Amino acid sequence: MSKINREQILKLARLSKIELTDEEVEKYQTELSEILDYVELLDSVDVSGLKPTYQVSGKTNAVRADEVIRLQASPDELKNILPDSQGRYIKVGRMI
Amino acid sequence: MVDKNTKVWESIYDIANKVNNSELKAVDNVNKSLTRINDLDGEYNAIVSLIKDRALSKAQEIDKKISEGKNAGRLAGVPFIAKDNFLTFGSESTASSNMLKGFKSPYQSTAIEKLEAEGAICVGKANLDAFAHGGSTENSDIKVTKNPHDTTRVPGGSSGGSAASTALQYTPFALGTDTGGSIRQPASFCGVVGLKPTYGLVSRSGVVAMASSTDVIGPLTNTVDDAALVLDVMAGPDTLDGTTIKRDTESYDNTKLTLKNKKIGVIKEYFNSDNDSEAQKIVNESINLLAKNGAVVEEVSLPTLKLALAVYYIIVPAELSSNLSRHDGQRYEYSERNFKTLEESYTKSRTVGFGEEAKRRIMIGTHVLSSGYYDAYYKKAQIVRTKIINEFNQVFKKYDCLVGPVTPSTAFKIGENVDNPLHMYMQDIMTVSSNLAGIPSISVPCGEVDNLPVGLQIICQQNKDSELLGIAKLFEDLNK
Repeated sequence: MSKINREQILKLARLSKIELTDEEVEKYQTELSEILDYVELLDSVDVSGLKPTYQVSGKTNAVRADEVIRLQASPDELKNILPDSQGRYIKVGRMI
Repeated sequence: MVDKNTKVWESIYDIANKVNNSELKAVDNVNKSLTRINDLDGEYNAIVSLIKDRALSKAQEIDKKISEGKNAGRLAGVPFIAKDNFLTFGSESTASSNMLKGFKSPYQSTAIEKLEAEGAICVGKANLDAFAHGGSTENSDIKVTKNPHDTTRVPGGSSGGSAASTALQYTPFALGTDTGGSIRQPASFCGVVGLKPTYGLVSRSGVVAMASSTDVIGPLTNTVDDAALVLDVMAGPDTLDGTTIKRDTESYDNTKLTLKNKKIGVIKEYFNSDNDSEAQKIVNESINLLAKNGAVVEEVSLPTLKLALAVYYIIVPAELSSNLSRHDGQRYEYSERNFKTLEESYTKSRTVGFGEEAKRRIMIGTHVLSSGYYDAYYKKAQIVRTKIINEFNQVFKKYDCLVGPVTPSTAFKIGENVDNPLHMYMQDIMTVSSNLAGIPSISVPCGEVDNLPVGLQIICQQNKDSELLGIAKLFEDLNK
């Protein structure tokens, strides 16, 4: 039942940008191992000659012109819902 | 305790007619909903926020329009509740998550816009498992909703608040989303009708994404007719959602069918010894009722359905881990401001903003998509998905619809499954295959075991939503 080891959980957490406590690492190691054991059911099935289905309705690229098609809220209304703004500008955290 | 004998609302069709004829006022309908929620919801926790001011002003506009002799639409003055993963004006849209607590959306979902255009009024937002991850609302970061039939039990999920609201008749209908059973399972647990339409029939624009290839939007109602009318208003292509498909030219709320010579397949794989035997008996009696009234009923086997849950729990975490990557603390609500590097801000925001189940699913999704595992898990699952779709296509050559239970048992106790995620996932075992195949399915109340509702699941071929609703309506009439 140790399908996923501690290092793998830590790697997944890092890739997922989530911090885990030691207890959480242990808990997720057990739970993810159980879940991955269960999905191994798929190993038993014969899928020769079949292709994957990523989209069920068979639609491919749906494109449209890049233009404003409706404005649901006015600029003033938008300003009212912003967590932080100054004048006409949205205040965001420093990125660089 | 829900009083099944008291009918709080007439049919949606009748309410809208009466509002248009000035026999009822939209404002009174909204006030009636708000009062009912205020009186009852302290006990049930179905509602996470109210949309009071906007709802009342919308209602006044409708009443004014009618007093000027105009028609206010097919849903004139009909109040409704939306699951809190729908973006709406007039309240927060949190998806019951800490991550989106306080989030006010700059736009509304297309489904809500279409309902509003026909005069419906959103009065509140319903609780769900955070980000729709779960089958009980116990994963909500806000509160746990209680089953209206027994407050020690769950209402199901993830649309548990919507199902409970409908059973408690807060409003004539509520909206839910169904990624693997999240409309049908709570509908079954709460004794209401829950419709999962064909994939792509209702625009997903403005709904917090879970798994983009299986998410659908649908109504929870007290009758099949109501569900058909709400679907008819919401269905159709939308330039804001490239996956939307063409709708029927005929309306979905006007299907006239007869059961005579209808061929119904009973899904063998959904009946087994793990099911609650009393609930299974009620489902069997319901199927016999269809047979007695002219339908040709036969058992049918779809062997790959046994693998549907395993396929689902690879594809869905994969897609949702990608969809939830946008919640990085910079663009939406929760943001950790005490950081040295941007990376640290991402990680801190996600660590606090996401609950246990979201983290679990993000990590599974990340794992199955990782280099070295992608073919073994993700690609394999998508191939088995094809096998499931092929089996459905094959049986639909012979049968007009398929039937079976919605869930293995009636509503379970609050807390019963929280320590075992895999056991909780098993709740979806009879619902996920419809999502993987994109086919329409409905849960219709069919009886009770120890005062707890049981649902009958009916499943049709892609784009046969009208047929599905027609058969559901025939069953509902027979079962009265």
